[in-house]
Amino acid sequence: MIAREPAMDLSPYDSEDFPEIREGVRRLCAQFPGEYWRRLDAAREYPSEFVAALTEAGWLSVLIPEEYGGSGLGLSAAAAILETIQAEGCNGGACHAQMYIMGTILRHGSEDQKREYLPRIASGELRLQAFGVTEPTSGTDTTALRTTAVRDGDEYVVNGQKIWTSRAEHSDLMLLLARTTPREDAAKKTDGLSTFIVDMREVAGKSLTIRPIRTMMNHATTEVFFDNMRIPASALVGEEGKGFRYILSGMNAERSLIAAECVGDAKWFIRKAAAYAGERQVFGRAIGANQGVAFPIARAYANMRAAELMVHEAARLYEAGKPMGAEANMAKMLAADASVEAGNACIQTHGGFGFAEEYDIERKFRETRLYQVAPISTNLILSYLAEHVLGMPRSY
Amino acid sequence: MKILVPVKRVIDYNVKPRVKADGTGVDLANVKMSMNPFDEIAVEEAIRIKEAGKADEIVAVSIGPAKAQETLRTALAMGADRAILVQTDDEIEPLAVAKILKAIYEAEEPGLVILGKQAIDDDSNQTGQMLAALTGRPQGTFANTVEIDGDSVTVKREIDGGLETVKLTLPAIVTTDLRLNEPRYASLPNIMKAKSKPLDTKSPADYGVDTAPRLTTTNVSEPPVRQAGIKVADVDELVAKIKALGIA
Ligand SMILES: Cc1cc2nc3c(=O)[nH]c(=O)nc-3n(C[C@H](O)[C@H](O)[C@H](O)COP(=O)(O)OP(=O)(O)OC[C@H]3O[C@@H](n4cnc5c(N)ncnc54)[C@H](O)[C@@H]3O)c2cc1C
Repeated sequence: MIAREPAMDLSPYDSEDFPEIREGVRRLCAQFPGEYWRRLDAAREYPSEFVAALTEAGWLSVLIPEEYGGSGLGLSAAAAILETIQAEGCNGGACHAQMYIMGTILRHGSEDQKREYLPRIASGELRLQAFGVTEPTSGTDTTALRTTAVRDGDEYVVNGQKIWTSRAEHSDLMLLLARTTPREDAAKKTDGLSTFIVDMREVAGKSLTIRPIRTMMNHATTEVFFDNMRIPASALVGEEGKGFRYILSGMNAERSLIAAECVGDAKWFIRKAAAYAGERQVFGRAIGANQGVAFPIARAYANMRAAELMVHEAARLYEAGKPMGAEANMAKMLAADASVEAGNACIQTHGGFGFAEEYDIERKFRETRLYQVAPISTNLILSYLAEHVLGMPRSY
Repeated sequence: MKILVPVKRVIDYNVKPRVKADGTGVDLANVKMSMNPFDEIAVEEAIRIKEAGKADEIVAVSIGPAKAQETLRTALAMGADRAILVQTDDEIEPLAVAKILKAIYEAEEPGLVILGKQAIDDDSNQTGQMLAALTGRPQGTFANTVEIDGDSVTVKREIDGGLETVKLTLPAIVTTDLRLNEPRYASLPNIMKAKSKPLDTKSPADYGVDTAPRLTTTNVSEPPVRQAGIKVADVDELVAKIKALGIA
């Protein structure tokens, strides 16, 4: 038994929403304490043991239907898993995509593709956790991407480059978005893009080059280069030219799940900050007795709870098959803001100790800061709400 | 062979218990509860025996409130086959628990009963021993290893001076110590499967057991706070202080 942080329920969801799932994940996470993550962080090393343990216990195949070897649960169960991982001080960023990228195959793939890939993704034999969308020149403007896939007999020939392709070195397959019809020949700029399942094991080191990018946190992100990379025509998912729509439908799930991770991070920071504020004695009393210390933590808590509700609302709508683009985006923005706010309050509460690696706070803070930018930056969420929900003019 | 594993829902081992202001007990409102860690070890041991082909069914039993169902579901998710909840909101003392377990023992006829050596809430360390006495079966308490061999079980017991080995004829009662094994965590598919495993709900009256308490708790208090020490300048002063305090 490894001692954990004193358990404190920060929200009714902690004990009422999938209690057995949360408890199962907590137990697994207890085997991976702060020192494990600190060691990997210092070496920028991939948490292979942690990912293997999650895979083996079936946590990453939660969204795959039972007929394909998964547990067939909904988005809210997946959210509970990822939130708990973060709330326990671990980092699901190393493998969260293994949960949801397969959704594109599930929703838009052929029966052959589903049978070929899903059971092996469910068992962990195949890793599909690389998602090649972002490019250095197009940035957020996805439809401007330049990577092309040109049909040549039974194959497609891919040329171009992706950046921030996370986990590419720790994945067997990549879901790739590439242009199959030049932008000027397509009816709309969102047409002419296609999605492919690339088996990287066949091409890596040859026509596919993967280069790690060192970042401020341990995230295994890379840039990838395609140089006349030939992939079978059967790698195409769904119809040619409709890829952008397929990718968008998966993004709502991704945003909701990353929002859940941010809620988990916020819970970790708040628990840690509140405990320290109660213990640390300065000027002969607990620092938490000063409102200047307590209020920022209380405010971060309120914002976390609000974000948590939006995550649940997004998941509820998703599971009911209703439109939830706005909720997924708002959940992601509110939760990412709440986690940064909580992280900031946690550092401030700890004073100098907040900067010491040993406390894990600075590491968690670096990790959670990412979600202001990826998978979609805050400004783009605000533009979405302004334009699509409030009917204001498009700003870009 | 069937194995019976009693499991108790207790305050989580990570929670710092708070005594109620009126001194009548520990405040359990909004406190995280989980399976008694020694019982988890008992469930794990039963599963290992079953996996080794030496048992074919594991029955988990809990005596407690409706919420103890969660504890039983945890046991089922780890690998128990079915569960019995003897539901009661009363406080049940070890003797009443042992009597209920005896009735279940007689109904189920297990080859082995594995219990935690104690529950971490009241630290009684009595139920296993009482059950052995009531059933008239041999007991191997504080087990460090458990080895089934035909119709007997060899238990290495953790005792003050080291380990003691006892060989018991089955059916037998074993209680677990901390080092017996490292319990597994439940996998998601097993948590899902556990939901459809049978869980029977009974009441103490079904077993004809009177659970009225025989003990009265007069007071529960926090452990005394450690007093701050004093600094002494040198050994002479230390010796003088010790003499003055009458310690030596
Ligand atoms: C660690 C990490 C991992 C990542 N993993 C992946 C991955 O696995 N797969 C993948 O495809 N991508 C990944 N990304 C990429 C990520 O999704 C993008 O970085 C993000 O969408 C922002 O795009 P950009 O970096 O090109 O920024 P840009 O588009 O260049 O934007 C820069 C800034 O300008 C703002 N901005 C841009 N346009 C507007 C506008 N019209 N109005 C207002 N503000 C605007 C943005 O909000 C942003 O703050 C990852 C990124 C990082 C850092």
